[in-house]
Amino acid sequence: MAAGIPFYAQLINLFAAVLLLISFAMLAQRRVLSLIDLFAAQGLALALSTAVVGWGTGQSHLYWSAGVTLTLKVFLLPFLLYRLIRRLDVKWDVEPLINIPTTMLVGIVLVVFAFNLAAPISNLSSTVTRSTLGIAIASVMLSFLMMITRRKAIPQVIGFLAMENGLFFAATSATYGMPMVVELGIALDVLVGMLILGVFFFQIREQFDSLDLKHLEQLREDE
Amino acid sequence: MSPGPLALVLAALLAWLAIGTLGLARARELVFVSRVLFPVGALAGLVLAAAGVIALGAPAQALVVPLGLPDLPFHLRLDALSAFFLILLGAVGAAISVFSAGYFRSSEGTAPGLVCFHYHVFLASMALVLLADDAYVFMVAWESMALSSYFLVTTEHRIAEIRRAGFLYLLIAHVGAIGILLCFGVLQGGSGDYSFDAMRAAKLAGHWPSVAFLLALFGFGAKAGILPLHVWLPEAHPAAPSPASALMSAVMLKTAIYGLLRVSFDLLDAQLWWWGVIALSLGLATALFGVVFAAVQTDMKRLLAYSSIENIGIIVCGIGLTVIFKSHGKTLLAAITMTAVLYHALNHAFFKSLLFLATGSVLHATRERSLGKLGGLIHRMPWVAWLALVGTLAISGLPPLNGFVSEWLLLQAFLFTPSLPQSFVNMLVPVAAAALALAAALAAYVMVKFYGIVFLGQPREPGLAQAHDAGRLERVGLVFLAAGCVLLGLFPVQVIALLDPVNEMLVGSTAGRGVAQNWLLLAPINADRASYSPLIVFLVVGAIVLLTTLLVRRFYHGRVRRADPWDCGFPLQTPRMQDTAEGFGQPIRQVFEPFFRLQRQLPSPFDAAPKYSARADDHWWHWLYLPIARAAEACGRFFGLIQQGRISVYLTYSFVTLLVLLLFVQ
Repeated sequence: MAAGIPFYAQLINLFAAVLLLISFAMLAQRRVLSLIDLFAAQGLALALSTAVVGWGTGQSHLYWSAGVTLTLKVFLLPFLLYRLIRRLDVKWDVEPLINIPTTMLVGIVLVVFAFNLAAPISNLSSTVTRSTLGIAIASVMLSFLMMITRRKAIPQVIGFLAMENGLFFAATSATYGMPMVVELGIALDVLVGMLILGVFFFQIREQFDSLDLKHLEQLREDE
Repeated sequence: MSPGPLALVLAALLAWLAIGTLGLARARELVFVSRVLFPVGALAGLVLAAAGVIALGAPAQALVVPLGLPDLPFHLRLDALSAFFLILLGAVGAAISVFSAGYFRSSEGTAPGLVCFHYHVFLASMALVLLADDAYVFMVAWESMALSSYFLVTTEHRIAEIRRAGFLYLLIAHVGAIGILLCFGVLQGGSGDYSFDAMRAAKLAGHWPSVAFLLALFGFGAKAGILPLHVWLPEAHPAAPSPASALMSAVMLKTAIYGLLRVSFDLLDAQLWWWGVIALSLGLATALFGVVFAAVQTDMKRLLAYSSIENIGIIVCGIGLTVIFKSHGKTLLAAITMTAVLYHALNHAFFKSLLFLATGSVLHATRERSLGKLGGLIHRMPWVAWLALVGTLAISGLPPLNGFVSEWLLLQAFLFTPSLPQSFVNMLVPVAAAALALAAALAAYVMVKFYGIVFLGQPREPGLAQAHDAGRLERVGLVFLAAGCVLLGLFPVQVIALLDPVNEMLVGSTAGRGVAQNWLLLAPINADRASYSPLIVFLVVGAIVLLTTLLVRRFYHGRVRRADPWDCGFPLQTPRMQDTAEGFGQPIRQVFEPFFRLQRQLPSPFDAAPKYSARADDHWWHWLYLPIARAAEACGRFFGLIQQGRISVYLTYSFVTLLVLLLFVQ
């Protein structure tokens, strides 16, 4: 059966699997610096898979997307995050709200759900990369789960960025990429969003001397 | 575009806007704003009234102004109905503007130029409401009217109570606006065309016309103050500066009447008789409620506000009767009733603004609104007192002044109902006529109380000795309105002839032609049945008064003996021993006790400093508004439970929502 699938499609499936694996790894990772490394690795996998899709289907504009992804998600954003952590001087471990094994179990359920969800769409789809759609949805959901379970602000932002990775992967894998304008727009959005959130971190810390989001709960209006 | 009345009206409207903007530009210069801008605004009002008179006789004039949103130009139209209400707006607005020129002083609240801006935008938006010929312009004008009047109400915005009153007003205005918006939505009948022409052409099927009428009654009723949406009136009127309350009570309430007439007689092509019954009963309930509450008030502006509720009730009751007549094809009787409605609207505008302005002068002179602390002002403020007397007599419905004409016409119209083929209505109407007569009589009682306590007797407080009369500009405004009351009362035949185009347009018949045959005698159907000649009444009343005065002077003068009055065995008499507002209203409070939610505090007989207080609250607060407020609060508390303030919980909400939606899509 493996012989029936072209080489590049096998490569894409490989990268998809790597992506999902990294998503799980992020879910399990406690240390914030390792989290950034994982995020960069995920970006690398994404860029490679995009390039491979471009190579396999002959769509040259995907090389550009891959390039943008590479500079933005492997170099620029991790660099910004690193600098942010250095400036804020916060190298603590991440304490999740729910313990790691439970989170992993929930994650597995989510992956099953995502594949179930993607099945009818994959069957209809004629692209070679159709089987990866489930993985894309799964990694979006896992990133979301990560945002929910983390207490500190920076891991939440990383979760947010990872979610965007999953979406991007869904776009390339299911439809061979979006128009270039849209991709550039999203890339810019992520970058600007990151910068604004960085400013917010400083503000939050100035206000509460901590980046723990439980302090924000006090902003709620009392009855 | 040929220069016709519409051009004049638009010129006046733009002039008002320009004046408002000028006021905004020079917000702190009180003298410029009050001595220059307000009088010029009054001139614009007179132009508007004149244009209205011209337009009453002329055919309808329409204009499309390419303003507003793309593909949604402003449709304007000036027909007989708008013209009549424009006369009302222009004439009364002019008088109030002249009065305001002398009235506004620098205060803690809004700057004078800002008040000038709100005031003139208010006037201009009311004119635009009357001109609107599509739902879009109408709603834009309607909402700017509500907003500008809200800012006028909250002129003294540093006082928390006034802010609260303003909020209540704004809230009910918006609830009403929703009703009106929905009403227009029903009226366009699925065509998607919101111009009034399309609504006239649209044929609504089934129950939709009734739905439209009821929505209009609700929406415009909220603005007019029909039960149970009246609660904002007694709060907002005392809060607003007197010219603003005069303008709101005299003109803004009439725009609601205009809207109701426009929807029920112009935009809807046929009326059903039971709409009339609903309007009639609501109107009567409102009238009785308003007058009974007015009788127990101790704040003079609240009293007038409740009296406005009563008058609006009478007008709505007349509209109901018109609908009943028209739906049975009795167009002549419908025309007479409609005449009474329009006439009463005009009269109310004149005498109520006169009284509100008079209270404004009293308020300025004494800084006192509570009836219990006034009294004897006729000696200190003769101009205001005598002019207010004209207004008081007019509102009490005494001949030969204007209030009598319209109430008499309405009661006459009630007497014609036996000719209706419907036995149910025939049984209802005599009761209604009796209730109306009761309301009219109680109104006179209320006005005796108002005038007697404020202007007659002895001053109840020593500070009242310093009270000064109204300034010259204020007097001009008051004289103008009082003259209006007298003239409208003395020449009803001519006024009714003028109103005929409106009747022709709304009910397809004229009342004036039959009436105008005899310039002296007002006889709605024929002179044998009932007729009234204000001039003769006036002459006879005048002659009797003159004769009595002469006789008294001739026979009793010089025989006056000054001596201690009979002192009931209690030699010390102070002005505090006069009958108070509470005392005067006490019989009404006793008789109509179920109307009120009374809270009385009786002093104990052994109390050295006894205090008595009685409050008559509105049942509707407890029956309708407080339950709604409590329900809203409970809902809020329930949703407050969901609001945890934790980001992860919020994220979980969106995550679960996403999952459920995905499942659902699948």
